[in-house]
Order: sequence, then structure tokens, then C-alpha cells
Amino acid sequence: MGWWYFSLWRKLGKMFMWFFLVSDAFTFSSLLIAYGALRHRFTDIWPAPGDVFTHFPFIHGHVPLAYVGLMTFILIMSSVTMVLAVDAGHRRDNKSVAVWMGLTIVGGFMFLGSQAWEWYHFIHGSEKGAYILSDGRFARTDDLEPGKLFIWQNHQKTIIEGAEAEKAIATSVKNIKGANLIENEYGNTPLFGNFFFFITGFHGFHVFSGVVINIIIFINVLTGVYTRRGHYEQVEKTGLYWHFVDLVWVFVFTFFYLV
Amino acid sequence: MMWSVFIETGPASGGWTIYPPLSALPQAMPGSGMGMTLWLVSMVLFIVSALLGGINYIATVINLRTKGMSMMRLPLTIWAFLITAILGVLSFPVLFAAALLLVFDRSFGTSFYLSDIFIGGEALHNSGGSPILFQHLFWFLGHPEVYIVLLPALGLASEVIATQSRKPIFGYKAMVVSMLVIAFLSFIVWGHHMFMTGMNPFLGAVFTFTTLLIAIPSAVKVFNYIATLWKANIQLTPAMCFAIGLVSFFISGGLTGIILGDSALDINIHDTYFVVAHFHIVMGASAIFGMFAGVYHWFPRMFGRMMNKTLGYIHFWITVIAVYGVFFPMHFLGLAGVPRRYYSNSAYESFMDMQNINELVTVMSMIGGVAQLIFAFNFFYSMFYGKKSEQNPWGSNTIEWTAPVEHLHGNWPGEIPTVHRWAYDYSKPGAEHDFIPQTTPYSQTKGSNLPGEE
Repeated sequence: MGWWYFSLWRKLGKMFMWFFLVSDAFTFSSLLIAYGALRHRFTDIWPAPGDVFTHFPFIHGHVPLAYVGLMTFILIMSSVTMVLAVDAGHRRDNKSVAVWMGLTIVGGFMFLGSQAWEWYHFIHGSEKGAYILSDGRFARTDDLEPGKLFIWQNHQKTIIEGAEAEKAIATSVKNIKGANLIENEYGNTPLFGNFFFFITGFHGFHVFSGVVINIIIFINVLTGVYTRRGHYEQVEKTGLYWHFVDLVWVFVFTFFYLV
Repeated sequence: MMWSVFIETGPASGGWTIYPPLSALPQAMPGSGMGMTLWLVSMVLFIVSALLGGINYIATVINLRTKGMSMMRLPLTIWAFLITAILGVLSFPVLFAAALLLVFDRSFGTSFYLSDIFIGGEALHNSGGSPILFQHLFWFLGHPEVYIVLLPALGLASEVIATQSRKPIFGYKAMVVSMLVIAFLSFIVWGHHMFMTGMNPFLGAVFTFTTLLIAIPSAVKVFNYIATLWKANIQLTPAMCFAIGLVSFFISGGLTGIILGDSALDINIHDTYFVVAHFHIVMGASAIFGMFAGVYHWFPRMFGRMMNKTLGYIHFWITVIAVYGVFFPMHFLGLAGVPRRYYSNSAYESFMDMQNINELVTVMSMIGGVAQLIFAFNFFYSMFYGKKSEQNPWGSNTIEWTAPVEHLHGNWPGEIPTVHRWAYDYSKPGAEHDFIPQTTPYSQTKGSNLPGEE
């Protein structure tokens, strides 16, 4: 017992975290592989992310993927502040740890807020939504170019406008606005919305848990728990989790938004 | 999950593989309703606890070994537990993902596994999903899972066989390596459960290849067991009987695995009783026999009393005859084409010829079931009234037998013992006794040390 025993438990905790992360990585991998496999079956009707995620606050017009790029930047910056917090812990500099942990939490909240904003716009969709035409084709509208219908088929974009578009809308079978788990206006497959909500939601839940854990650590730092304990191992463990969640986002970002 | 037995619509009834769409649509059958939901909830809880428990095992074995207990001095049982825990930590998260997607399909209207479904002439809104996706995710867990069940039993049997043969286990390193290889291969063979899903025949050939590779490490283990028993001073205790029974089942069940693992042969016997016989004998009966061996062997360690030997032998012989009586004829049922999972085989004219074999199987299974009452009685009776056990009744080398018979907090009074050698120094030439516990330093056994041991 005594110091020897205690130091083993310290190492043990970090190892626990590593094994947990490996396990969690398998969960995310299987979700992303499932996504890839099903998306592959519908390459001709799968919406191009650049046509879907076009909103940016205070900007009227299409800014494809700029907002999600900003979100990604925020999350990566919060990883940087986390590294600085761990480093300050190695130097036993309680005040710096508190500052960097605080900034990491702010970054986490900003990311979650951004995700809520993006979900809001994804769910809300455009003014006119999409139409399923009488011949079964799927036609999207664009708020900035009223009166036009955009049809993607076999990787080719057809645009109908004027009287032809009005006729097509009048005879359309269905009008879909926004997105939910059953249908969405971005593409003629529910899977696009399904996977978007599930995977970004699952990741968002991980970020949320991370923020909660960060807050607990932050409070411990403020009340001097680690100064008394003499080491900041706990900050390191939380850091591992936070970097992992960040890394997962890089993959989600790549496979959902860039590819 | 126990609770679901008592609800009105009954427990989940889509089989243990819970394939969608049957399991995904509550309107498909009563058993896909509340019972299925409770099943999924308990699975999620189970996966979380398996993850936490598995991480605990791994971290403990890697970090909290006593002084001198290097990895290559670990008893094979502990190696088996470690590898099992690693398998669990890597495979259950995939089932977790699969189960969560299924929950969403069931409760929130997503289409991950569902497409083109009509119920009562009405089309469901789901489109685009793939039930095969579930099978891939499920069997990525499902195959490692059979080794999660089997490896601990093999580990227990290794210990029992070496101890009761009074011989070192044959090929210790080969045993460890073969378990690691089995664990690795178990992750790349899941497709052999899906040969009949319209899989590309080339992919089927790949999975056949990886599956048949598993025969190599499995055979290494079997031959090592046999070589350990070869010309040994065998102590036929009930534990030893069960351990040898495990080896027997592992051989008979393993041989049919070679047939099923081949995609060309599997197509003929897929979903027949042949499959049922194969996996119940190799992963069911083997694993249970390994656990029985473990209970009979370590009972004195757990309760300080011995189990009754005679009852143990009776239990063993009835069980082993019953198990072969159930599963041996079942292979022939399968070869004759009798499908599994039918409510009543006698409802089909073509299976009526098989009625007598089915009756034999039923009678045998009942005999086997009743025999377990002998074990239950022996277990609880011996717990209170069994013969008092000495500290190390089997003359075993591993360190748990050096702990005093009286149960103490922390097992040992004072320091945890230091380990000086591997666990299998049985019948070492020149040694005073036919076993040398792991806690004995080489300096005390000058007469028996091999070159390099000091």
C-alpha cells in the first residue's frame, strides 16, 4: 500500500481512459462505415453538402460550408487551449490551468451553440422546400432564385423556370419543407437526414458530456483540489477525452461536409 | 430482460440475432413490441457494464500484477481473461452502434435498416435502408462474442489440465500466441455468418479463407492439451473429467466448424440443425464444461470445503452422455435438411421421417437438464456441509492457493506474495515434490533448476 499503490492507481486511470477511447472509436467507426456504405448506394441522389450547408449569420447569400468551417476552427482552438491547460498543470501553475480550462469550456459551448444554429437551419430549410414532381423527379428550390426548380439526375443539374416550373409545381405530388427523420428537402432519400441527425447528434452528445466534465474539473481547479493533491493527472485524462472528441469531429467534418 | 417475460405481448421473439425488419417494426408481431424495447434497453445497459468491466480487467492485468509476475509468468487463465476483456472492449461498441440505430428505426422513424416495406397493403415511409447493414454490424460483434464465451473456459481448462496431469502445460507460449491469434482472426471472419445474404462469392471466398485460418490456432490448443495429457500422471478428479470433456467437445464441434466455414458447403446446410449442433457443442457445451471444471477445481478455494466427488462423477457422466446424445443426432437432422427455428417440425410431411431422432434429442436434453440438479445440490450442500479442505488440495502452483483457508480481507495477511517462476513447474526432475509453487524462489530449488534458472 502507500505511495507505490497510489501511483499505480494514477497510471491506471489514464489507461482506463485510453481503453475507453479505443472502444468509443469503434462505435464512431461503425457509424461512419454504415454511413459510407449506405451513401454509396445512392451516389446519384445524395445531396452535395455544398448545396445544403450554405447559411452564414448576417450574410444574405450562399456561403457553402463556411459556417461549419468556423465551427471546426472553434473546436480545434478549444483543443489548443486544452493542451495549454495540461501544460500549465505540468508546471503546477494553478492560475493558468484555470484560465485555459475556462477558455476550453467557452470553446465547447460555442461549438454546441453553433451546432444548434446549424440544426435549426437544417430543420427549418428553405422557404419553398422541394417538390416531388408528377414524373417522380425530385426538384429543389432556391430562396435566392425564386421561380426556378433544380433537378439533379445522374450527376447532371437541370434547371426548369417560368411557366414550365409553375406547371411542374402545380402538378407536383408532394412538397417537402425542411428536414426531419422521415424526409428532407435536400435529397430524395431520408438517409441523408437520418445520418446527419444521428451522427452529428451522437458527436454533439459527446461534446456536451465533455463540457460537463470540463466544468467539474474547472471547479476542482478553482477550489484548489489539484494543488493539494500535488498533480494535475485529472486534467490530462479529461484532455485525452476532449482531444478524442475533437478528432472524431475532424472525421465527421470530412465525411459529411467535404466528401 | 427478465421483466419482459411477464408483459402482455411477451418477450422479444425475433431470435437472439434480432434481425430487422422483424425486430424493427412493432407491428410485425407481438414479440417485436414492448419486449423488444426492453431487450434493447437491457442490451445498452449490458454493453456499458461490459465495457467498464472489460476495461477494469485489462488495466488490472496490465498494471496491478504482483512483484515478479511478468506477463509470461501469468497463468493461462489470466491470459484468457485478459484477451476476453480486450475482445469485449473492441466488439461491443459496434453492437452499441447497431442497437442505437435500431432504436431510432423503431422509435423515431428513421430508415437505417428499413426500405420498401408493405404492411397490410400500406407502404411504410421508410426507404433506402439496408437490413444487411444490421447483420454486418451485428456479426462484427457476434463472432468475437463466441470467443468471449469460449476463451475463459479454455483458460480454466488449461489450468485444470496442467495441474491434474501433474505436468507443465505443453507449449505455454504457443497457448498464449494461439489465443492472441484467435482473438485477432475473430474480427475478420464475421462474413461467414452471412454467406446466404447475396454476398459477392469472391467476398465469401475471402471470409472462408480467414475462417479456416482459425482452425490453425484452435488445433494448436487442442494438440497442446493432448500433449499435456500424454503419458501424464492423470488425477481424474471431477474437474479434470470436465476439462477433458471440454477438449472432446472442442474437437467434435471444431471439426464441423470447418464444414460450416466453407461458403460452398455452408450454402447446403445453412439454417439447418447442423448449425445448431455445431455451435452449441463448440461454444455452448465446451464453455459450460470449462466453467464446471473451474467450479469443481476452485470450489475449495472459494468456500474452504470440498465438493462431493462421487456426485461430481455422476454429474459428469450423465451430462457428457446427454450432450452428445442431444447434439450428435442433431448433425444428421441438419444434413437431412431439417431447418432450425421452426415452431413444429412435425407439421411438414418431409420432416416426419426425422420424428424419432427429434424424440431422442428431446429425451436426452431432459436427462441432461435433470442431471444439473445433482450439481446444484452438490454445490449448495458442499458449501455448508462439505469436507473441510486443506489449503492446497490439488497441489497447485498458482498463488491463489497460498492464501490461507480462512477468508481474510485482502486475501493475504501482510504483503502480497512475490512470484519467482512460471505457474507450471509440475513434476520437475530433481524437485522435492511434484509441484513447485510460483512463490518458491529458484535459490530454494537448487536440485531442479534448469540451465539459466538461478
